[in-house]
Amino acid sequence: MSRVRVLVGTRKGAFILTSDGARKQWDVTGPHFGGWEMYHLKGSPAEPERLYASQSSSWFGQIIQRSDDGGTSWETVGNKLTYEGATGTHLWYDGTQRPWEFARVWHLEPSLTDPDTVYAGIQDAALFRSTDGGQNWQELTGLRQHASAPLWQPGAGGMCLHTILLDRSHPGRIFIAISAAGVFRSDDEGKTWRPMNRGLRSEQIPDPTAEVGHCVHRIAMHPARPDVLFMQKHWDVMRSDDAGETWREVSGNLPTDFGFPIDVHAHEPETIYVVPIKSDSEHYVPDAKLRVYRSRTGGHEWEALTNGLPQRDCYVNVLRDAMSVDSLDPCGVYFGTTGGQVYVSADAGDHWSPIVRDLPSVVSVEVQTLP
Amino acid sequence: MIRVVLPAHLRTLAQVNGEVKVDVGGSVTQRAVLDALEASYPMLRGTIRDQTTHQRRAFIRLFACQEDLSNDSPDTPLPEAVATGAEPLLVVGAMAGGSA
Repeated sequence: MSRVRVLVGTRKGAFILTSDGARKQWDVTGPHFGGWEMYHLKGSPAEPERLYASQSSSWFGQIIQRSDDGGTSWETVGNKLTYEGATGTHLWYDGTQRPWEFARVWHLEPSLTDPDTVYAGIQDAALFRSTDGGQNWQELTGLRQHASAPLWQPGAGGMCLHTILLDRSHPGRIFIAISAAGVFRSDDEGKTWRPMNRGLRSEQIPDPTAEVGHCVHRIAMHPARPDVLFMQKHWDVMRSDDAGETWREVSGNLPTDFGFPIDVHAHEPETIYVVPIKSDSEHYVPDAKLRVYRSRTGGHEWEALTNGLPQRDCYVNVLRDAMSVDSLDPCGVYFGTTGGQVYVSADAGDHWSPIVRDLPSVVSVEVQTLP
Repeated sequence: MIRVVLPAHLRTLAQVNGEVKVDVGGSVTQRAVLDALEASYPMLRGTIRDQTTHQRRAFIRLFACQEDLSNDSPDTPLPEAVATGAEPLLVVGAMAGGSA
């Protein structure tokens, strides 16, 4: 019988939640790395016992951890992520130029085929790759040295490269997203990059339709249909049907189109999930109700999913990396909140229940479906 | 032997309990002690000082003999009591650091 392993990163440690395919009874281990900010943990699709984790603190900086036994034990690997060549500058909040400065690893994306290859998205925005299991890291400099880089600027969370999507159908194709620069695509394994932001409109920047500068919060792809991308932007839920070349808005009847995560059903490429947040100045759910919204039509038409979720006095947020799906049937959907709850739906969103209620603030949730 | 007291998180990271002892050849300076510490415990690289510039991390303090040595030159000799092992070098996470 299949199992699921949920990797939860929080502000004060990592937790691993496991269950059988029924997804009713859960074992919880942790905190792993208690007291540290765990921005992201993710398993290798090629070797699911191989996990990578980003561990950081403002005192002690950045650590990368690796496990080869599904998170039972961990090994500290390389943490030297150094910008290569001229550091360059980017736009700062006050309109001046500011040098790139490493802050932390936001996202680790293991290769689809090689457990020793893993990508790291960092703040200030850049993309790194390790091909030796995380021991050594090399920057893919073509991104940070893109001609538009001086126009990139930090979002509220810092100038972070937070999303990395690898395309199984087009080897060498990588999508990344930066807040606040936008989406970029490489078709040559990260050597060269093109901005992919046509169709985005952001009133928070001087030219609302500029090539770069958009605060993209998250992009998602169904692996079987990699030319279709979905995006939760600062405001607006967007969709591309041409691998990011153009985007159109699909916010439809959402109560608000501000939010952070977006994800795609494992078996229905037109079924997508978002968690609307009241506004960019009030980072909590609207009407004090925690509602996941599901579209079965690839956007435009959305239904609120509320069964099992708090519908009064709720003021949590769901961060960009804190939603994930398993590949069981029916598809399981998971998300974590800034209030420390991790919810699961074992029926694609119709019913929800908390796996845990009282963790530290949840930053990331990843799910592995295991044999 | 130079005695070094690490903050709890770094003891966990280095998988040690209590004080750490390192050998330093030549002049006993911050740089020499941290070089020896990182050679013995590679997982500590980057956690106390930058790996490239060797600049102390902003929220790390270095104390010894009731003195704050954080802003001393890394090449200034440490107090004699540290060099003889009578007193430890304290690596401290600053009160200002961290997040809620």
